[in-house]
Amino acid sequence: MMMTRSRLAGFVPPLISLLLAAAVSAVVILALGEDPLNIGRVMFSGSLGSLRSIANTLEEATPLIFTGLCVAVAMKCGLFNIGGEGQLVVGAFAAAWVGVKLTGLDPVSHVVICIAVAGMAGAMWALIAGVLKARFGAHEVINTIMLNYVAFIVTNYLVNLAYFKKPGQIPQTEDVAGTALLPRLDFIYTYTRLNLGFILAVLAVIVVFLILERSKLGFEIRSVGLNPLASRASGISVVSNTIIAMAIGGFLAGLGGAERVLGVHKHFISPFPFGYGFAGIAVALLGRNKPFGVLLAAIFFGALASGGAQVDMETRVPRELVTVIQAIVIIFVACEYLVTKMGIRIRGVATSE
Amino acid sequence: MDYVVRMKDITKRFPRVVANDRVNLNIKEGEIHALVGENGAGKSTLMNVLYGLTRPDGGEVCVRGDVLPASTGFLGLDYGIGMIHQHFMLIGQFTALENIILGAEPRLGPMLDMRKARDRVQNLMDEYGIEVDLDRRIDALSVGEEQRVEILRVLYRDAHIIIMDEPTAVLTPQETRSLFSTLKMLTQSGRTVVFITHKLEEVMAMADTVTVMRAGSMIGTMPISETDVAGLAEMMVGRRIEDMPERDADITYEHILKIEDVSLRSAKGQQLLTGISLEVHAGEIFGICGVDGNGQDELFEVLIGLRRPTQGRVIFLERDITHDPTSRRLKAGMAHIPPDRIRMGLVGDFTVRENLILGRHTDGRFSGRVFLKARAVAESADSLVRDFEIEPPVPEMQAGLLSGGNQQKVIAARELSRDPELLIASQPTRGLDIGAARMIHDLIVRQADSGQSVFLISADLSEVMKLADRIGVMYRGAIVGVVERTEATEENLGLMMAGAKA
Ligand SMILES: Nc1ncnc2c1ncn2[C@@H]1O[C@H](COP(=O)(O)OP(=O)(O)O)[C@@H](O)[C@H]1O
Ligand SMILES: [Mg+2]
Repeated sequence: MMMTRSRLAGFVPPLISLLLAAAVSAVVILALGEDPLNIGRVMFSGSLGSLRSIANTLEEATPLIFTGLCVAVAMKCGLFNIGGEGQLVVGAFAAAWVGVKLTGLDPVSHVVICIAVAGMAGAMWALIAGVLKARFGAHEVINTIMLNYVAFIVTNYLVNLAYFKKPGQIPQTEDVAGTALLPRLDFIYTYTRLNLGFILAVLAVIVVFLILERSKLGFEIRSVGLNPLASRASGISVVSNTIIAMAIGGFLAGLGGAERVLGVHKHFISPFPFGYGFAGIAVALLGRNKPFGVLLAAIFFGALASGGAQVDMETRVPRELVTVIQAIVIIFVACEYLVTKMGIRIRGVATSE
Repeated sequence: MDYVVRMKDITKRFPRVVANDRVNLNIKEGEIHALVGENGAGKSTLMNVLYGLTRPDGGEVCVRGDVLPASTGFLGLDYGIGMIHQHFMLIGQFTALENIILGAEPRLGPMLDMRKARDRVQNLMDEYGIEVDLDRRIDALSVGEEQRVEILRVLYRDAHIIIMDEPTAVLTPQETRSLFSTLKMLTQSGRTVVFITHKLEEVMAMADTVTVMRAGSMIGTMPISETDVAGLAEMMVGRRIEDMPERDADITYEHILKIEDVSLRSAKGQQLLTGISLEVHAGEIFGICGVDGNGQDELFEVLIGLRRPTQGRVIFLERDITHDPTSRRLKAGMAHIPPDRIRMGLVGDFTVRENLILGRHTDGRFSGRVFLKARAVAESADSLVRDFEIEPPVPEMQAGLLSGGNQQKVIAARELSRDPELLIASQPTRGLDIGAARMIHDLIVRQADSGQSVFLISADLSEVMKLADRIGVMYRGAIVGVVERTEATEENLGLMMAGAKA
């Protein structure tokens, strides 16, 4: 009884935030001299109104699921991993490398190898910050931010090497071998870029859920995240769980990079499209760091993106407005999050006497 | 009869509880009035109402016949009431004198008249035999001295009614005695003292009148001559508390734990522990007493493996564990109840069920290679919640929402279900009410009676004297002496707690 009630109640605050964000967005649209209802209608049809739009929404959502999970896993361990961006880029480059250079494999093994290598690359990248934090106490926020820059610069350097670079002006690799491509889910809509990577993302959600909520490892990660001192006193290693949680997050972000390369762009290009990693933070926040919450939140952000594209095409409202709406959502969600956190604190202090 | 304070039908509700339910309290001029009750009975709330810090939802407060204004905030000081809270409210960087006069500084034009202030404070100190070094910073004072600063602070403000919330919780027996003689002098000069406690022996020794509260209600007020410790305990708890069963100690000379010359220095070079050596035998309860902050917490952390000693060895079951991580110590048969249950003993946001397997989750009973065995975890939690009478008996409840006593039961249930060779318990009953404390005591005794050992660290002298077979006293990071229970008296332990060698 108590469980189900609190579980349902958990949905209410994010919903209220979303409604408030919608209201504020409507005001902004009005101020621009446009009709919010009309914009809303276009947003809806562009994001969920047809099979084509739904496919677009899910395609936009796919990398966000991975980066959202990346942030959420670290957060469960009490870590703020802002490095999804860099971990995704490193994964993308690794996927392109193995996708281009390894040839003569059957499609299944090639895809599996590419994805595994991309995940490992992302994990290694995150591990740097994890080890620095666990061993030397260097703050992971700073480290992951810095490593984002390093990832962009290093991959830019590598892609410009003759070994990787496709002849021509643009710093990009050759397209990956056909065997390395993630098949498009074109039975939904012929020209979609939605691919098997989305199914992979949903599987990742389930696996992360099982790890966090059902496994020994997840128990330790959550315990360390909630109370490191009590965890240590119970013989749970803060050091190794910190490192593992960062690595799992990096692995997931790396998979996101592989999905972009193997399923959408077919090659690595520098600078790699960015923003997925940072959007992952908002996704995790809106999804309350719960795997299925992350899935829903990523689809929501995907819908904003695909709906925004439609708004751009059909109305005089600039596409940037969608970015503004996203920002408004994030602000409200963050406020709500802070308020509930602080609410608990205030009550906690009051009753501690 | 003339009452200096009359509180009538005081009611105060908090979101989840009625802290005071139509409480009546009358206090006579010049008496020492003890207010007793279990944790959460509403004592602090009632005194906060009297002091004007908390506004009641109903009822009225009269001081010397004046009805205090209920609507607007007032401070008790305007009516000659001073309060010394459970947690002192002094500014660490200021000197004792500055803290005493803060907010009531005598002025000489725009300047502070420090000389006048010092004279007044000195007079008060002489009059009541209170000793404080006025020019030391609060940071550098002991708890007992801080308390004296607090007393001077309210006297300086001409308080005639002095409320003290659990003043003796943090004092050594000697400090307690000197506090009581100060309080006696205060009443002799016509002032009135109300003090909150749950140590009933103190009530019988000190008070003229005692009032018992339970669960927000007034149970009764009576002169001390008409009651005794057992009677008060029964009124506080609402049922009879049986005497502890006699220990049936069967101590062997086989040592379970051996500490050899252990020292610990902090990263900043501060000496926290100095040359500690002792042995705990099978079937023995070894008690460590001492005023809080004399190295007990550090010793605890060294024993459970959260800190490495800078020197010395720890031998457990014939094996050197000095460098073993906590997990290995627990596997080897150690269990512990930490001094700070909320920070160290529990994950407050975890459910009771999750907390009950914390540190035991790697046990084959509760997990396979990867996954936890949900069924086994739930069954074990259900039976522990039942056996240890955890209230409310809801394993899905967040542990942080339980009362202190029930949180402690969760920890005790988890640790004792390991069936440990050695239980290291630090301040296991701090802040617990009589019922819960009694249960923890029984568990400790049962652990020893079954031939296993207990290392009990406690600032509560009576607890250590009641339970331990041998008692070591800690002072400034060292053991100043070890005495057999039969030789231990409050007097000799108290002296050692203040640093005198055995
Ligand atoms: N500020 C507060 N907010 C909510 N509940 C409170 C507050 N202060 C006290 N309580 C509750 O009121 C009850 C009585 O508390 P208190 O007067 O501190 O008891 P005591 O001093 O006898 O231990 C407890 O249940 C406590 O949790
Ligand atoms: Mg109190």
